[in-house]
Amino acid sequence: MSLSTHQEEPTRTIEVDSHTLNFGPQHPAAHGVLRLILEMKGEMVERADPHIGLLHRGTEKLIEYKTYLQALPYMDRLDYVSPMAMEHGFALATERLLGIEADVPVRAKYIRVLFSELTRLLNHLLNITTYALDCGAITPALWGFEQREHLLEFYEAVGGSHYHVNYFRPGGVAKDLPAGLEDKIGAWARGFPKFIDDLEGLLTNNRIFKQRTVDIGIMSAEQAMEWGFSGPCLRASGVAWDLRKSQPYEVYDRMEFDIPVGRQGDCYDRYLVRMMEMRQSLRIIDQCLAQMRPGPIKLQDNKITPPKRGEMKRSMEALIHHFKLYTEGYHVPEGATYSVVEAPKGEFGVYMVADGSNRPYRCKIRAPGFAHLQAMEVLSKGHMLADAVAIIGSLDIVFGEIDR
Amino acid sequence: MAENLEEIGAAIAAALPAGAVEATTVQRGAELVLRVQRDSLVQTMLALRDDCGFEQLMDIAGVDWPGRPLRFEVVYNLLSLRHNRRVTVITATDESLPVPSTCGVWPVATWYEREAWDMYGIVFSGQSDLRRLLTDYGFEGHPLRKDFPLTGHVEVRYDEERKAVVYEPVKLTQDFRSFDFESPWEAMTTLPGDEKVHLNRIEAPKPTEAKP
Repeated sequence: MSLSTHQEEPTRTIEVDSHTLNFGPQHPAAHGVLRLILEMKGEMVERADPHIGLLHRGTEKLIEYKTYLQALPYMDRLDYVSPMAMEHGFALATERLLGIEADVPVRAKYIRVLFSELTRLLNHLLNITTYALDCGAITPALWGFEQREHLLEFYEAVGGSHYHVNYFRPGGVAKDLPAGLEDKIGAWARGFPKFIDDLEGLLTNNRIFKQRTVDIGIMSAEQAMEWGFSGPCLRASGVAWDLRKSQPYEVYDRMEFDIPVGRQGDCYDRYLVRMMEMRQSLRIIDQCLAQMRPGPIKLQDNKITPPKRGEMKRSMEALIHHFKLYTEGYHVPEGATYSVVEAPKGEFGVYMVADGSNRPYRCKIRAPGFAHLQAMEVLSKGHMLADAVAIIGSLDIVFGEIDR
Repeated sequence: MAENLEEIGAAIAAALPAGAVEATTVQRGAELVLRVQRDSLVQTMLALRDDCGFEQLMDIAGVDWPGRPLRFEVVYNLLSLRHNRRVTVITATDESLPVPSTCGVWPVATWYEREAWDMYGIVFSGQSDLRRLLTDYGFEGHPLRKDFPLTGHVEVRYDEERKAVVYEPVKLTQDFRSFDFESPWEAMTTLPGDEKVHLNRIEAPKPTEAKP
């Protein structure tokens, strides 16, 4: 190319001013229905304004018109990647208002912990692999979804379906584990560390993945706290806070596990924390399987849990209980509670107000992703557009729980 | 959590600005609840954050009690990582009285306040970004109010002829069913000859008045 300049070509001035970009709601990296209004300066993000609510189904309003038992299936449909953790929050809140939290049988508590941890694996598997997909790696998603299928089979074995299981009920769980399931879970859990090693081999030291995530979307511990972060996102910023340890519920106080903590608070740390958490979940699963003993799996009070099918054939009282339970439901004494569980994404809270009737007067759902997504602007400011995608992936956004 | 919550509650109430706390209660021996003055809310929250160690605001919930003179409760759930404890802070307001915004104390409050505005119509003063959050663009009304019908007022569909999305008033193919479970004899309609029994019947959804 010659360096001689043609005099007839005028000098062109190109003005790069900020312009607005509409990201989503139909973008594959938007993890559902996120509509992100990005104000760009060249390729840099100046402002990010998430528009949410495209999946708003009015869950809180619907629950006000349902009995406590009928309201439970709605919880599955909040964070549809970790359904049982959502049920858990609702079940704990109801039990606390009923004053029966201490009466839930030990086996039910073990089953809940066992399935909470399986749910955590289910959630992290989806998040890590799709997050890698957003950063350009396809293989983890193909491998991870195969493992998810095994986990969903355990879901199906206890609840009859892959996702909307409606398994954790106030007073215990719906059914006991079918025969042989404990061995199946045990065998699967023994083989799973190999898979985590493989997954780590694909990502942890992967140069491209690290280029996309290291030092992207940094959140300091102070910032994370004032933006209401919880769960893996808070721990990645260096705060060793886990509700399973600090405010143990069910039988978590009998479990031995560590809390993985990050240091930088960037996208890479959020990935690492989730990866480590999967190994800790496996430890908890092993301990549950070892400590679990046969026994009742729900409260023996037929005012709250249904009687056995066989009993109903012989006992008039059992039949009446069954009928009353599935039509009128139980009345919950007046009061309010804010009950939390450590869901895979963070602190999942249910603020429930009961007025003494058979329906919740108010059920506010505190979704961890809601607070995380709000911080999108501080996280992505000054980053490239492609980094915004990595940040969304690292926050573990699922719209079922954010929009409710 | 073997600590004495009542003592903690008293200590917290003493650390807050004078006259800010109306009542301190412990629910079921496990949850600390503070009822505070609306006007001094920001000072109260600052004191809770800086002096009492509640670093995190986890949630803001609205609750509608149509029977009360101040119909809305605004419920703040705070968490202290340092002391490993929670507190619920409740203040009351109505449709027009603004609640001071806490977005200067915790930036996370913005979306929670937008949600409370969207769902209940609770106004927050000092909040510069009070747009709707969860409902549709151009939505009217505040859906979580007890007097807002479950079915809503409009339904939406795609009109093939006009090639556009159209909004129409809701048409129900059958009556909306709201069963009254307080009475053992009837469900939703008053049966002929039963009128006398139902003279005192309150229409559902009935605004229940709970003792604060």
